[in-house]
Amino acid sequence: MTLVLPSPARVAPAAGRRLLLERFTGLGFALPALALLVLTILAPLAVLVVLSATNYEFGAVDMDWVGLGNFQKALADPIIRRSLLNTLIYVAIVVPGGVLGGLLIAVLVHRRGKMRSVYEVIYFLPVTSTLIAMATVWQFLLHPSLGPINGLIKWLGFAPVAFLSEPTTALATLAVIGVWQILGFNMILFLAGLTAIPRDLYEAADIDGCSGGIDRFLTITWPLLGPTTMFVVITTMITAFKIFDTVAVMTRGGPVGSTEVLLYNIYLEGFQYFHTGYAAALTFIFLAVILLFSAAQTFSLDKKVHY
Amino acid sequence: MSGAPLPAQAVTPAHSVLRRFVSMALVHGVLVAGAIFMLAPFVWMLVTSIKPPAEIFSGEIALWPKRFYGVENYSLAMEKAPLLRFALNGVIICVGILAVQLLVAIPCAYALAKLRFPGRNLLFVLILLGLCIPVQVPAMPLYIALAHLGVLNTYFSMMVPFFLSVFAIFLFRQFFRSFPDDIINAARLDGMSEFEIVWRIVTPSAWPAIAAFSVFSAVAHWNDLYWPLIVISDAKLAPPPLGMMFFADAESGSNYGALTAAATILTAPLVIAFLIARRRFIDGITMTGVK
Amino acid sequence: MATVALSSIAKSFGPTRVLGGVDLDIADGEFLTLVGPSGCGKSTMIRIIAGLEHQDSGSVAIGGQGVDHLRPHERRVAMVFQSYALYPHMSVRQNIALPLTMSRLRLWQRLPLLRQLSPGRREAMRAIQADVAAVAAQLQLEQLLDRKPAQLSGGQRQRVALGRAMVRSPDVFLMDEPLSNLDAKLRVHMRTELAELHKRLGATFVYVTHDQVEAMTMSDRVAMMDSGMILQLGTPSQLYEKPASLKVAQFIGSPAINLLPATVAAGGRLELFGRPLALSVAPEAGQAVTLGVRPEALALVQGEPGGTGSAWFSARLRRKENLGSEYILHFELAGRDASGVSMRVSPAIAASVSEAAELALGFDEAACHVFDAQGQRIEPRGQGSATASVVPLRA
Repeated sequence: MTLVLPSPARVAPAAGRRLLLERFTGLGFALPALALLVLTILAPLAVLVVLSATNYEFGAVDMDWVGLGNFQKALADPIIRRSLLNTLIYVAIVVPGGVLGGLLIAVLVHRRGKMRSVYEVIYFLPVTSTLIAMATVWQFLLHPSLGPINGLIKWLGFAPVAFLSEPTTALATLAVIGVWQILGFNMILFLAGLTAIPRDLYEAADIDGCSGGIDRFLTITWPLLGPTTMFVVITTMITAFKIFDTVAVMTRGGPVGSTEVLLYNIYLEGFQYFHTGYAAALTFIFLAVILLFSAAQTFSLDKKVHY
Repeated sequence: MSGAPLPAQAVTPAHSVLRRFVSMALVHGVLVAGAIFMLAPFVWMLVTSIKPPAEIFSGEIALWPKRFYGVENYSLAMEKAPLLRFALNGVIICVGILAVQLLVAIPCAYALAKLRFPGRNLLFVLILLGLCIPVQVPAMPLYIALAHLGVLNTYFSMMVPFFLSVFAIFLFRQFFRSFPDDIINAARLDGMSEFEIVWRIVTPSAWPAIAAFSVFSAVAHWNDLYWPLIVISDAKLAPPPLGMMFFADAESGSNYGALTAAATILTAPLVIAFLIARRRFIDGITMTGVK
Repeated sequence: MATVALSSIAKSFGPTRVLGGVDLDIADGEFLTLVGPSGCGKSTMIRIIAGLEHQDSGSVAIGGQGVDHLRPHERRVAMVFQSYALYPHMSVRQNIALPLTMSRLRLWQRLPLLRQLSPGRREAMRAIQADVAAVAAQLQLEQLLDRKPAQLSGGQRQRVALGRAMVRSPDVFLMDEPLSNLDAKLRVHMRTELAELHKRLGATFVYVTHDQVEAMTMSDRVAMMDSGMILQLGTPSQLYEKPASLKVAQFIGSPAINLLPATVAAGGRLELFGRPLALSVAPEAGQAVTLGVRPEALALVQGEPGGTGSAWFSARLRRKENLGSEYILHFELAGRDASGVSMRVSPAIAASVSEAAELALGFDEAACHVFDAQGQRIEPRGQGSATASVVPLRA
């Protein structure tokens, strides 16, 4: 081999300048994002860590270190324990309802031909609507004496239900509204997943004898939707954990604390009562719960979705 | 290996027609029932907004008012609260947030995807970390900082936590990575600066991702309540959800005619935008969701 | 085993008519190939037989029984797809077993959780596994049973798809371009395997392909389709030796048949480039006809052309294509820019000519095909008919 390669010494200056330029450009392009990352996420997180170990109240001049006191207090606080439990119950209704509902509708709507786009629009409408405005409408729909839902219940001969002012039904009612709002979103994600399944597979299955809806679903659709399902479960869960709007507008945590949820309590402690240090600790509990559940979901589902 | 023979006589033509009919009826039955559940609030909102109080309080279920009262309800709603102002506020903050998000995220995503620079991997890890942190987490320190700066109750305070979208950076990075290096190198040989390459070569090619993200961002911030509720107490600056809340509080939930009229006005812009650009919306949500 | 009978099958997708009333009878145990260019309706035909597509009119009978109201799996057919359509999340074993679990287990025996409770399931599953093993042995898939499709090569996937079709021992095998995703060498090998499989199983095969070589090499009969109609149905040699139309003649055979324009002179006698031929047609054939001459029917004329009384024309040699065992010579016709002719010769003959040479090409009128202006085959009469014995021109 007598191939003449340019010697490294001769290439270096040009390549070096080129590399240097690339480095500076890269840094320059990333700088605004990095600055914002520090200012709006990292620094606040650091401040939050500090705050969570103090008894700082917004507007106060001094504060004391309380170490993990805020966390101890939070975990012992019956209100927080209840709101954590309520949040979990809410999530436990919205996740299966929103995911399975979205899946069912997506499977039924898929390949519906002309009607598909009509159904798509109808089911997707709640996603684009302003939840606060619609919450007001729901409140009226569910009104014990004026609402049409109770009108229907009375017409059927049952006693009216005060959905939102009854401790036993309030949280579940909010969860149904949560499902109402997220179902269309999940449907669209599942439809995207369904479109990716080759049509051939259904035809092969048809010839092999999977002609019934249940067989087709169990043999093809469900296993092949695995990755989509995992994604939908996690996004639905995170959305459900962040329940705030409907509580703030419709129930304000009532009746008798039956709809107190984590984020609403953080809002109250942090921005209404200004127990800043305590609210900081609650925020970390909130974050921990979300991360814990997402991670657990990822690990438990991850094994099943690969082929 | 003998397949179980299926007696063909068992399935008659009439049978198969019936089978198809029953399955179609079942499918559409479920879909229509679900559609009623999804649509009921919208229908009831529109119907109530044109009913006179007497009919609303009669508790009757009627899908059409006996007396058309829409003009009164809507003008009352407009009179009681600056609804158009709320909608305008919504537009201002959505556009403001989106513009800064794109200006910040696109160069950063390009740098992460195509340039080598010190700290690139660390930055990407931080971006991924940022994806896991809901905005409610840094809310309190941000609030304290904004209060100290004396900028609560401004458009700026409403927009600032959302200027950085780690999600946009992540999405665009995925998109830019598949952009051919050859084209970028060709542009470099043609004497284009990196700045021009980003905005004149790479960004136009990412148009679907940008449109998708724009829809996603607008839907999220038009409808956001949590943060405006914290930093805004001046009703003039309220975005639609907060405005609706102020309005409902002021009306103390009694005048459903005006309430639903207000709800209609504040929900309408985004819903109409959705109905016009239906495919864009759905593709946008799908793409930003699945990526 | 079963016959397949299609009668006046018509199908349109929207305004596009893909099948225009097709009749076709396939005998029991026959290997019938539907061949034609893409978009000719052959895939739609096979999908209608399978029940994946529903015809607008006409009817399908399998084994003498109408199946129009039956769903695909009730028709006792198996299908091999172009993409193989293997279930990606299942192992080879599960893929092959699926048709059996579907037909032999009841719904509640297949449902998760519930299935553990059912009594007969264990024995049924054992029988299924035995059948799967038997099929796997026939196709040499034993080593691969626990792999997933993504871990297999193209040829292996193809065999799994075959196994899944075979395991239920269907009456009719439907194959939709099953070899088109394989590389050339494997395709040749699989042609033999498929033909042997057909012989061994004795089942009816309906095979769709756009590749005329596959059609010619494997089939008992070939149905050549175009624009939703069957142009010709017959044995491979019938299609090759007596193409019913210009389209069939052009499609079957490689290199493609040479087409030469001929005019009809007084009395129906044909003339090629102004020289009379020993062929004549009925006067109603029109003014212009097309002659079709296969590349192997052409020969170089030695010595003075026309001396033998046989047909000839002159052409310039443009290119020699070496196929190893033989050569294809490509000529351009003097004064005619577009059309050229090709000719199949032995290497020795190819060596005797040089490029750009002007040569005389002769052919035997008895071996050429005549098509009218509509592209339909017409039988010439008179001197040039097949009975007339002309000494074949062979160098």
